[in-house]
Amino acid sequence: MKLNRRLFLGTAAAATASLSAPMVMGGSHSRPRVVVIGGGAGGATAARYINKDSKGEIDVTLIEPTRRYYTCFFSNLYLGGFREMESLGHGYGSMASQGVNVVHDWAVGIDRDAKTVALAGGGSVPYDKLILSPGIDFMDGAVPGWSLASQNAMPHAYKAGSQTELLKAQIAAMPQGGTFALVAPPNPFRCPPGPYERISMVAHNLKANNPTAKILVLDPKPKFSKQALFEEGWANHYDGMIERIGPDFGGDAVEVRPDAMEVVVDGEVEKVDVCNVIPAMKAGRVCDMAEVTDGRWAPVNAADMSSKMDDSIHILGDASAQGDMPKSGFSANSQAKVCAMAVRGALTDSKVFPAKFSNTCWSLIDTDDGIKVGATYEATDEKIAKVDGFISKTGEDADLRRATYEESVGWYSGITADMMG
Amino acid sequence: MLRMLRHSFVALTLIAGPVMAADEIGDAERGAELYKECKSCHQVGAGAKNRVGPQLNGIFGRQAASMEKFRYSKSLKRAGNDGLIWDLEKLSAYIENPKAFASDTRMNYKGMKRVGDRNDLLAFLRVYSDNPQDIPEAQPTARALSHDIDPTILTIVGDPEYGEYLSSECLTCHRADGTTEGIPSITLWPEEDFVVAMHAYKRKLRPHPVMQMLAGRLNNEEIAALAAYFSLLEE
Repeated sequence: MKLNRRLFLGTAAAATASLSAPMVMGGSHSRPRVVVIGGGAGGATAARYINKDSKGEIDVTLIEPTRRYYTCFFSNLYLGGFREMESLGHGYGSMASQGVNVVHDWAVGIDRDAKTVALAGGGSVPYDKLILSPGIDFMDGAVPGWSLASQNAMPHAYKAGSQTELLKAQIAAMPQGGTFALVAPPNPFRCPPGPYERISMVAHNLKANNPTAKILVLDPKPKFSKQALFEEGWANHYDGMIERIGPDFGGDAVEVRPDAMEVVVDGEVEKVDVCNVIPAMKAGRVCDMAEVTDGRWAPVNAADMSSKMDDSIHILGDASAQGDMPKSGFSANSQAKVCAMAVRGALTDSKVFPAKFSNTCWSLIDTDDGIKVGATYEATDEKIAKVDGFISKTGEDADLRRATYEESVGWYSGITADMMG
Repeated sequence: MLRMLRHSFVALTLIAGPVMAADEIGDAERGAELYKECKSCHQVGAGAKNRVGPQLNGIFGRQAASMEKFRYSKSLKRAGNDGLIWDLEKLSAYIENPKAFASDTRMNYKGMKRVGDRNDLLAFLRVYSDNPQDIPEAQPTARALSHDIDPTILTIVGDPEYGEYLSSECLTCHRADGTTEGIPSITLWPEEDFVVAMHAYKRKLRPHPVMQMLAGRLNNEEIAALAAYFSLLEE
């Protein structure tokens, strides 16, 4: 990291200044500073674009505790056996070599008056603009009986990595004819088709390895994303394997007992072998730390993703309350580019163009059976508003579904290259 | 001249019979029909120019990736430097599965599986290589990219700086380095081809729903800006 920054700055004197910089406020001659907290689809993209497009005029620091980022998108494909976990991991070396100051540490405090971020490892980093992209955390008590302390018995696997690996291992250890339960979250939540793609991928896995197993979906929502497409696919590929209980039959009143591996639905106790609990979500706690949340999420202005509470802070991706865009990696990446342009414009007088947003979410139902939904969005005074959209159709032919899957694989390579450089 | 050649190829095919090997000369007339798959990117014949793909006059006997004015993929350049000369066998292998032949080729073509089809197509292309001195007289068979776009749209000069910002939306899926994997390359296209393609999506003539949606909200200046930016990207 130090070497890269020295190379980037070009002179030893500048390097010395920058090495001591985290401890002191920058002088009047220093470059404007952008600090990004969270190195996922929103934060990594913002850090990389601001660094790349400002061509050295802005000092960009990315604070991200993990050295390797595992994408939540495509992690269902790992459960289905279509991807290796390692193919979902991405490092920050490329971004660092392009000049982003990558700090692997936890942000533990944000002083909005002094404009500094305190790090767990000691010291603090000053900013002119702060970009928060912390993703999601879970609501305490959202599913009675479940807490983070029970995530080993009943994984959420909704932050990719060891939780996803744990869930896959539990599926592999299920007895023949056992039951896999999934407790789906209420709206709004990260990746609206995610729980249902997960059910598809678990079904694919079980069909090959445990064909008499059952999947029980407990869902507090009456409707879900791409519902007709998923239900058609489940009937075609996994007939009789999947049972979904919606709010009419108690899907909205579920209690879990992690020690006994039981779920209680509308008073009835079900014994299960694996239980994937995806609780209700809120903005990552960094947003609470900065006191930019209102309720569960952090409200932002659509034109530049700036916080409605502090115009020196921008919030990207899942954590933000922005309007019509779904919480997805694609959305976060799209928002990051608008934010990067606005931040550059504010700090260096570069040109600012009108905000344009877009999103597409692909899901895989079974081998070569891909579907997608997407939309374009624009900034209004009130929110990010949907302009136009599309969705795959039921009954599409196999060639189109295969092409959609292949396109999603291409998109995965594209967006991860776009995020990480 | 062309007609005579076609006749001779037909005769040859009849002698060769229906079972064909990759080194046989096919039916140039049928090849002209098959060539329609290629002509949205490649021109051949009198006045052919490089478009999304290089022009194909004289392709037989030419060193791979050797035309100075066309920017080839690294794979093809390497193959050319290593001494690859295009002949019937090599071209047939390339057309059968471009990615298998040159892994990062920007030729976004799924491949022509039947050897008989490839022989016919190459018989057609060979007409423009066998006797280069005859090419000016050859029929203009491949004026590709027929379109009915308002000519004033094509005269708009795009702002590459605006294009750079707009391009960030494209680069979520399309790769800046031109690699293709499930999603085609859009770098280094001639500006006109880029503009024509985007307007075809905008008017829903091209079928892809994501592209129809994204192109649908770009105005003429924005499309020109993107075309200007992507035509200038370095590899």
